[in-house]
Amino acid sequence: MQHPILSVRNLVVEIPTRHGILRPVDQVSYDIHAGEILGVVGESGAGKSMTGNAVIGLLDRPARITSGEILLSGEPIHNKRPDELRRLRGKTMGMIFQDPLTSLNPLLTVGEQLTETIQEHLNVSNAEAQDRAVAALEEVGIPAARARINSYPHEFSGGMRQRVVIALALCAEPDLIIADEPTTALDVSVQAQIIALLKRLCRERGVAVMLVTHDMGVIAEAADRVAVMYAGRLAELGPVRDVLTTARHPYTSGLMASTPLASQGQKRLRQIPGSMPRLGNLPQGCAFSPRCEFAQDKCRANPTPHIQDGDGRAACWFPLSANSEQEVDA
Amino acid sequence: MLAYIIRRIIQSIIVLLAVGFVAFAMFNFVGDPVDNMLGQERTQADIERLREQLGLDKPFIVQYWHFLEQAAQGNFGLSYRQGRPVADIISERLPATLELAFVSGLLALFGGIALGIFTAIRRRGISANVIMTLSLIGVSLPTFLIGVILIYVFSVELGWLPSFGRGEVVDIGGWSTGFLTVSGLKAMVLPAITLGLYQMTLIMRLVRTEMLEVLRMDYIRFARARGLREKSINFRHALKNTLVPVITITGLQLGSIIAFAIITETVFQWPGVGLLFINAVQFVDIPIMAAYLMMISVMFVGINLIVDMLYFAIDPRLRVDRSSGGH
Repeated sequence: MQHPILSVRNLVVEIPTRHGILRPVDQVSYDIHAGEILGVVGESGAGKSMTGNAVIGLLDRPARITSGEILLSGEPIHNKRPDELRRLRGKTMGMIFQDPLTSLNPLLTVGEQLTETIQEHLNVSNAEAQDRAVAALEEVGIPAARARINSYPHEFSGGMRQRVVIALALCAEPDLIIADEPTTALDVSVQAQIIALLKRLCRERGVAVMLVTHDMGVIAEAADRVAVMYAGRLAELGPVRDVLTTARHPYTSGLMASTPLASQGQKRLRQIPGSMPRLGNLPQGCAFSPRCEFAQDKCRANPTPHIQDGDGRAACWFPLSANSEQEVDA
Repeated sequence: MLAYIIRRIIQSIIVLLAVGFVAFAMFNFVGDPVDNMLGQERTQADIERLREQLGLDKPFIVQYWHFLEQAAQGNFGLSYRQGRPVADIISERLPATLELAFVSGLLALFGGIALGIFTAIRRRGISANVIMTLSLIGVSLPTFLIGVILIYVFSVELGWLPSFGRGEVVDIGGWSTGFLTVSGLKAMVLPAITLGLYQMTLIMRLVRTEMLEVLRMDYIRFARARGLREKSINFRHALKNTLVPVITITGLQLGSIIAFAIITETVFQWPGVGLLFINAVQFVDIPIMAAYLMMISVMFVGINLIVDMLYFAIDPRLRVDRSSGGH
């Protein structure tokens, strides 16, 4: 069987602090296949970005991976030495950050930044690196790429800069892209263009994309499957349509109910009572249980199992069925 | 950019006019030069004649203009004490000061940048912390004390280096240089360290702070995410972004290296313009003081102008002309 491009197995990231050990990522598992976009959603502090940083090996100290596995095309990378990991970054996995205004070095031309990345990973001449840089810019839809290659980042608009960032992440032809809130800092019309670009690159190149966002609209638009994170744990994982329409985890269901939809008119939005617990103060059992309207003693006492259901799974003792979902909505 | 440069040059001229006014005012308000120049046995007629000769009978504003006219041509009159043209005296002494300032400036700049980068990258290392602690001493000890300590250790106790003077100098077309003889180079070491140490620690701490700031930026993180080597990230991406503030401070510090060479030159009896100035103050030799003042301000203004030009060389965002901004 073909290995998934990225395979995360029971990943745990811990941060030792004076008040004990925090676990911003706790027992997270998922796969991303070639040509697939996995959306990772959750509130701030749910561990979305931390998972992405762990995969690419850019965790800020003192956060570190304490157990679990990360496999890139079947090969474990969580135990690689820093220098081996550096060679993989850019070459086999790339990353896109939130703010294109600050992701580019203001004092180097985009051409310089592209060619240095290309020449770091691919053994090519200066002239060929230059050609590849132009091709990379053309691929992400920058007009007159050959003329603009000597421009500095400040000479591009915000959306164009995010295209340059994507070109930089893709220029050494990685198999996996981790896009950490790639559209959050952009205005809505540009957001749609960037999402369309990511989808196109994913389809044409067969790149696997991990799309981290808190924007349900972006997930609905772009992702094939979606992983919902809550307090460092995976609450639910499944095909995007299933999760959006018939959520199994009460948290996901609450999240959907609190997302404004044009079709719902001016109905008052439902909200989930309370807020996500702090990492240092997690309840026993299911982390969502204090806010969950269906919670029972079993939920409060025992860690949740992952209930496999069709193509998806939910970390819940009493996953919602299609029927009970309707009850919740009523 | 041209408009910017012209604006800066006009500003510089205004600054120089103001300094020139202060220098000129010294002649009028710090004692009467005629008293100093004529001996005890003077007649009223002598005084009148000299006043006329020096132009002191003319209105204030005319005198000021005359002073500026002469100063612009490098003519500051005769030294009261030595009776020779001030310009000649200063140009004899200037090479010594400029060579000293040049060496200590290089020491401060390269030493400061290198140590600053080192302490920023190895932030948690033992040696970086030792350097940071020692640098506090460099910042807080007064220059003359450093000079005296160096003399005590390296001249008195170890006897390696001379404690005063320039050593042998070679005269090349009116410029006396100490770079070409062994004794000249040896004599340079202690004064250069004394003069440069404070600036070096200042630049080092500045580079370290800026570097730590830049290393937290998104584009450094993105550079890491692209798999670039640490060497390239530190020196190509981070260092260049720290240079703009570093150049500002370094430029100003270079000016003060020349200006504050006075103390170092006094401690080491270095025959430069600083020592000349101190002696001139003792003898109320106003032409020399005025010329020194003008010379230092011209240097400061000139260095600032060069620093402003360097910004354009480093930061492309300043170069862009507004018509092709793109947004």
